[in-house]
Amino acid sequence: MVRRRLHRVAGAEPIGPYTLLRLERGDSEPGEPGQFFMLEAPGRVLPRPMSLCLATRAELAFLIDPIGPGTSALCELEQGEELHLLGPLGHGFDLAVERPLLVGGGIGLAPLPFLSKRLARAGKGRPPAILGFRSEWHAEAAALLPDAEVCIEPTFVTALLPDERHDVLACGPEPMLVALRVLVPTAQLAWESPMACGYGACHGCVVELDGELRRLCVDGPVLRHGGTHGSPTSPLLRRAGTASRTRAPAGRAGDSAWSVRP
Amino acid sequence: MLLNASGCLDALSAPEVARSLDGYVTKTITPEPREGNPPVRIAETRAGMLNSIGLANPGRERFLAQTLPRLRDLELPIWVSVGGFSVGEYAETCAALDGEDGIAAIELNLSCPNVDEAPEGAIEIVAACREATDLPLYAKLSPATWNMAEHARAVEFAGADGLSLVNTLRGLALDRNLRPTLGTGGGGYSGPALKPVALAAVYACANAVELPIVGMGGVRTGLDALELIAAGASSVALGTLLFTEPEAPARIRVELAAEAAARNLAHPLAARRMALGSSPESVVRIGNEFRK
Repeated sequence: MVRRRLHRVAGAEPIGPYTLLRLERGDSEPGEPGQFFMLEAPGRVLPRPMSLCLATRAELAFLIDPIGPGTSALCELEQGEELHLLGPLGHGFDLAVERPLLVGGGIGLAPLPFLSKRLARAGKGRPPAILGFRSEWHAEAAALLPDAEVCIEPTFVTALLPDERHDVLACGPEPMLVALRVLVPTAQLAWESPMACGYGACHGCVVELDGELRRLCVDGPVLRHGGTHGSPTSPLLRRAGTASRTRAPAGRAGDSAWSVRP
Repeated sequence: MLLNASGCLDALSAPEVARSLDGYVTKTITPEPREGNPPVRIAETRAGMLNSIGLANPGRERFLAQTLPRLRDLELPIWVSVGGFSVGEYAETCAALDGEDGIAAIELNLSCPNVDEAPEGAIEIVAACREATDLPLYAKLSPATWNMAEHARAVEFAGADGLSLVNTLRGLALDRNLRPTLGTGGGGYSGPALKPVALAAVYACANAVELPIVGMGGVRTGLDALELIAAGASSVALGTLLFTEPEAPARIRVELAAEAAARNLAHPLAARRMALGSSPESVVRIGNEFRK
């Protein structure tokens, strides 16, 4: 059922360069980790897709990187203001894994705290996590995932991957996902793409899956390489292939006017 | 009558949204399957959005065999948007749709890339489709012309039963690095900024022809819808709004009724052609034809 709900802002706290936007939960269900919501962006034409970062009985929280006018407007929301939320949408992570290892790059940390909590609740304790950031300032967000191993560029998360086999669940910039796809073929990867609607209407978020263009909002955003979901060539990657000179730095793949974080 | 603009809703992904409308307009169907354009396909701008979806669709055969039967289960009037790259392609698809159940109308997308949009081209396409089917034919026209009325008269002459106004305008957005944001460079511009353009097109065409008109372009409120009706539209379609607010149809209906009541109109369609100052008899006659 595609229906938006109005949510009141409970608070918004800066964490490094990011903002943790906390909303009163109301009637909304948090869904599964890796699923996303469309957040009404104040004063903008289109909402912004954001994966859920944290869920409590009272609140839903989203980690937002203010890289464009829409995400900046979301970060500037104040307690008591209201916005519409559509979701949860899409397919999240498959939690039926033996030895989970969470891997996050930059703002790709966003869905991992909720994922970690859900996995812990499933009875296997807090899963190990590896997080990579471009600076100490960005790495302040690692506080959202206590006990995670953290690296700062020029060290990348791939350097911290353990030798023993793990079920990798990851979210981050595309170069990181591409590298993980090669190193860990069974990894579940959360991809990103610009979206107008988030519920299958606009066909704007297509990625190439096994040679076929499919909508990331309904077939993803979490895809398992080698599984039935195949491996995508995401929009930004395809673009990067034709215009690599203008490629945005890793972790800021959404260099268009607005940011998209599945 | 409230519809969706073609390409702005997938009734199979969101059937409840489709059911909140009075009819469902499909994405444009072409003879052969089309993957559509390479990403990036969506860009937001200050007062609208750009898309370069590129007529992604399963093709005529798969649409008829797989999509249409599932759409019929919705028990909604189905408007099939038809596209092509030659007169023959349009006509063949219309002929293939002619014997199918559950189709309320065909909307000819006369704003495809590589299709001549001059009135002569539109005349040929509409005339060929007229030969191919008895289904109601709506011609969807681009507003990017200096003479909407001439286009409207041309497609009426060729046998169109109605007009769909308007398609998107061509636009371009640049990213931070001053390169085109969309994978194809430019794209179709829609959203709030399109409303005055749509209003002008509907107004011009309603002055020129008596055909029923589906008005669309930047509708966000019931008042927007009422204004399109006053300019001459007999139905209204929602486009970009459905992306951001899937429950919009119910709100638009409530607002539309309230805006009409506030003007002492018995029905929103009683406002039809008010902007043109036509006689009340004509208003009632045309209104009754298209009242559900």
